[in-house]
Amino acid sequence: MEITPLGDCAVLIRVAANFDDAPESALQQVSATHRQLAAAKIPGMVELAPAYTTVALFYDPLTVITAGAPVGNILGWLEQRIHEAVSKNADSSADQFKYSEIEIPVCYDNEFGFDLDEVARRAGVDQKEVVDLHSGAEYRVHCVGFIGGFPFLGGLPAKLATPRRETPRKEIPRGSVGIGGKQTGIYPIKSPGGWNIIGRTPRRLFDPQKNPPGLLRAGDRVRFRPISREEFERLAI
Amino acid sequence: MKATAIRAGFLTSVQDLGRTGSREFGLSVGGALDPHALRVANLLVGNGESAAGLEVTFGGLRLRFVDDRIVAWCGGDFEARIGSTVLPSGHPGLVHAGEDFSIASPSIGCRAWLTISGGIDVPIVLGSRSGDLKSGFGGINGRPLRDGEEIPLGKNPDRAAALIEKLRARRVASWKPSHDWSSTARREPSLRFIRGSDTNQCAPGAIDTFSTGSFFVSPDSDRMGVRLDGPRVERSNETDLLSEGVAPGTVQVPPSGKPILLLNDCQTIGGYPKLAHVITVDLSIAAQLRPGDTVRFREVFLADAHRALNERERDLAQFRHGIESYFR
Repeated sequence: MEITPLGDCAVLIRVAANFDDAPESALQQVSATHRQLAAAKIPGMVELAPAYTTVALFYDPLTVITAGAPVGNILGWLEQRIHEAVSKNADSSADQFKYSEIEIPVCYDNEFGFDLDEVARRAGVDQKEVVDLHSGAEYRVHCVGFIGGFPFLGGLPAKLATPRRETPRKEIPRGSVGIGGKQTGIYPIKSPGGWNIIGRTPRRLFDPQKNPPGLLRAGDRVRFRPISREEFERLAI
Repeated sequence: MKATAIRAGFLTSVQDLGRTGSREFGLSVGGALDPHALRVANLLVGNGESAAGLEVTFGGLRLRFVDDRIVAWCGGDFEARIGSTVLPSGHPGLVHAGEDFSIASPSIGCRAWLTISGGIDVPIVLGSRSGDLKSGFGGINGRPLRDGEEIPLGKNPDRAAALIEKLRARRVASWKPSHDWSSTARREPSLRFIRGSDTNQCAPGAIDTFSTGSFFVSPDSDRMGVRLDGPRVERSNETDLLSEGVAPGTVQVPPSGKPILLLNDCQTIGGYPKLAHVITVDLSIAAQLRPGDTVRFREVFLADAHRALNERERDLAQFRHGIESYFR
């Protein structure tokens, strides 16, 4: 575990050396550390942001000082507490934690999947096979970011990997399912974006009026279920 | 209780001290780009420090009031008026029912934080009243203020009521906080930074280039970040990193070699190498950078950043104590 300052109000905790070689294990370690820190109640800790191989811990230096940290060595004081929090809970709970398994209905019609054609062409398969491959795989949420509720999903069949569009679109409709490089994701709100759009879900992924506001969290398992245009309309209501 | 935006200005939004706890879901902290200025301005009108105010970008705002209110503002070099009376930055002023408060475009800097006694009473969404203009919620309809829109106000707190009576005769209070706090824009500022964790992803001389060069602020800067143009900051390789947490103040280097200084509406994660982090205290000055401005950077230690923050907080406690008598 390596802890480095991320400015004067956050530290970046690196818990896995790399991602591509062992994504499942990186995800496991990040999620475990995330939960251990969330449970630890370190004085001054404001929030945590997990992503791939790291957990960013945001803190309020003034509260940390009030809690007894020397002004000249807040980093050292925090490092000690982070190590304690992680080692104390090291073997408990980590493996028993149950991740949510979420099914996302997707309509893969060309009307919604602007780039289905392009993804199929690059993969050297027909559109139906793109849909079969995309909806046949199981995905893990590696992190949520970019815009509110946007999940970066790992587990995309290698054949479907498609580089991001050279010129991003100015507006991608809410619910659009896209492929960006080796990952797939869902635009939770209308937004500009450069991913290749292959379908659309009627399911709401982000609602700021709810707490939590996002449907998906890092670690969750996701599957896509192909639906017809009629079912899309029905579910969209 | 409300005020009406006769003119909404170039870009005005409701902001408080930001939204924490939702980074996990990809929401940026948002809030006033200079939270310290907002806290000071809130103290000046008798509000709690975390009350919501208006972040005014490039001025052009005119508000009409239907009841008596204390107003104050801190930020760049703007000219503000109550009716025809000038209201300098950092001075609480009384606006009578039916009067207008207006703020023109600034000569230096670009943002001001306007507070109104009672605060702006929009609903709290995920712990904050701030408008998240990127995700489109919070504030007033999740977008910048528009001409003719109404701004809901809270009830004047007792503290403000006392100050209203005191200002009946003279309109504008003679007292104010230190100049540094109420007028935050600087000509050719030098911002202090601590070294980032990805300096090894940049060429050996990158940190020197960054700390000796003069950079211009590009026109495509906004609440997400200040884009800088100037000497190219070389990267040692062109591959971006796996995305990881970034924070307001982070200076990242995209393949173009033109650094971006992130501000409060930045994405929660990013994959560009992190060259540096501007210290929190100096983000007050960074929040005033506007296209065409020149800015320099100077390296300090993390402990220096924490000391500066701690000192400013101590001074703020003293100021808070010092103004008590005006509200009795």
